[in-house]
Amino acid sequence: MTTPATDPAAHAGPSAANPIYLARKRTDAILRALSVAAAALGLVWLALILFSLIWNGLPGLSPSLFTRMTPPPGQNEGGLANAIAGSVMLTVIGVGIGAPVGMLAGTWLAEYGRHDRLATVIRFINDILLSAPSIIIGLFVYGFVVVPMGGFSGLAGALALAVIVIPVVVRTTENMLLLVPNTLREAAAALGMPRSLVIRRVAFKAAQVGIVTGVLLATARVMGETAPLLFTVLSNQFWSLDVTQTMANLPVTINNFVQSPYAFWKQLAWSGALLITFAVLSLNIAARLIGGERKPK
Amino acid sequence: MAASARPMPGQGETMDRAAALSTFKRSDVAFYWATKLAALLVLALLGGIILSLIVGAWPAMKEFGLGFLTTQRWAPQLDEPVMGALGPLYGTLVSSLIAMLIAVPVGLGIAIFLTEFCPIPLRRPIALAIELLAGIPSIIYGMWGFFVLGPFLAETLQPAVIATLGQLPLIGGLFAGPPSQLSLFNASLILAIMILPFITAISRDVFATVPPVLKEAAYGVGCTTWEVVRRVVIPYTRVGVIGGVMLALGRALGETMAVTFIIGNSFKITGSLFSPGTTISAAIASEFAESAGLHQSGLMLLGLLLFILTFAVLAAARLMLMRLELKQGK
Repeated sequence: MTTPATDPAAHAGPSAANPIYLARKRTDAILRALSVAAAALGLVWLALILFSLIWNGLPGLSPSLFTRMTPPPGQNEGGLANAIAGSVMLTVIGVGIGAPVGMLAGTWLAEYGRHDRLATVIRFINDILLSAPSIIIGLFVYGFVVVPMGGFSGLAGALALAVIVIPVVVRTTENMLLLVPNTLREAAAALGMPRSLVIRRVAFKAAQVGIVTGVLLATARVMGETAPLLFTVLSNQFWSLDVTQTMANLPVTINNFVQSPYAFWKQLAWSGALLITFAVLSLNIAARLIGGERKPK
Repeated sequence: MAASARPMPGQGETMDRAAALSTFKRSDVAFYWATKLAALLVLALLGGIILSLIVGAWPAMKEFGLGFLTTQRWAPQLDEPVMGALGPLYGTLVSSLIAMLIAVPVGLGIAIFLTEFCPIPLRRPIALAIELLAGIPSIIYGMWGFFVLGPFLAETLQPAVIATLGQLPLIGGLFAGPPSQLSLFNASLILAIMILPFITAISRDVFATVPPVLKEAAYGVGCTTWEVVRRVVIPYTRVGVIGGVMLALGRALGETMAVTFIIGNSFKITGSLFSPGTTISAAIASEFAESAGLHQSGLMLLGLLLFILTFAVLAAARLMLMRLELKQGK
């Protein structure tokens, strides 16, 4: 800058008069502006969604939302009590089945199958299942559970959720176990501990926090999952916690109410959507808080 | 026990030791097989999915054969049902393509902003917000599209585009027709908003793998920030970014709830983006629970097509990401 601008070509440095330098600076400024614009655009869009969710959902939040059953067509009072209870139940059963299986499978991949050809294949397949369309999982459970059982049931829905939970938990369990330093395992083995004990008492202990985080994230993922429930659990209007029958649940109730002609049903759909989003976000934040505690070490 | 052990030293101990060892051995074997069976279950799940789709789709495959792929008509309720996958297949591909065209540049832009341009105190909160938004269930996006975005587009953007671009020769057909709250274009836009956080989150992770030394070296020889991004960050992470984009594509192809409300569920291909259409997943979601017989089998066949499509995309994406991990020496 301090170079006298008498002969710019002689000093091809960052002079204010060097045309190449100016052009580079201009490109940089343009692309910087574009990337800021992209960030603003993306954040504004997403903020809009959250805003309209709160705006439309909040007025419907009242005690009766949690105590009354879903209303029949045309009626202007009721709540989502049965749907909330059904959703909690489906999620708990789904995670209760999926998480242990996922943890065991992830353990095998990380502890026994590190250099195994089979493990590579399983890891690959697991990654594909991780992002497989959830509606396909619904079709799978329909064929394997609903048809043999002779009807839609809460159990079928919970199993569909379990199938979605498994790959998520496999992935996080494996990753977390791989982070455990081998010296810990070697130290335990040197004391004469058998391998399964080394894994259960030492490796699990060290990876505990991460695995819990993974299970929480998987729970958040299935809580709002709708597509695989559409033709496994269906939904109903009653209080029913019998897993062999259809069961009311939030996502499918929202799905039905959104497309209905009744204003009150639409209001309930917004409130239900707000509840789900709130639950999913808090679980995600909780998972991050728990998982984050370990970082400073 | 201590008294009897004294005359024959070690015998009681050896017994305990043997018992303990055999317990250990048994629990070791049991644990190994418990974990291995669980791991094999993952393979079984994939097998089960393929099997159930093929079994379910078999009657439709026998009935329609390859013609299923080229038929546009969808009339399952007729006495002699006619079903073809062309409409949903077209809708799936077009909506995903448009969604990617919008979401990839914007998503990458946000990731570049976050890793290079963003003031450091803002980085963590914005990244966290984006990651949280990636976790919001897709039915929420679908609902928002149905109640808010659809009516908004039908009143503002669509009439304007129809009046301008729609009048042009060649591309005019893409934007023809009356504005509609339910259309292929609206569904694509919702899809784009939904996969946006996903693309950003992945590419941010990938960008973070660039060794700071490389960037510092480039800055050291006088590169501008954009030049560092263009010549160092992107070439270094190309494979990972493409892998991430393809993962997002896999998601977009199979996404159900964000699309079903707003796409209009029409099997007819009109060629205009502003007219209703359908995707494979939307067709399954809205018809499967009330279908039976050949109709159901046809929907299963659609599901099988979707599975093959997403499997191919996801497998390619994973292979690319695996190559990246190898490069990093993981």
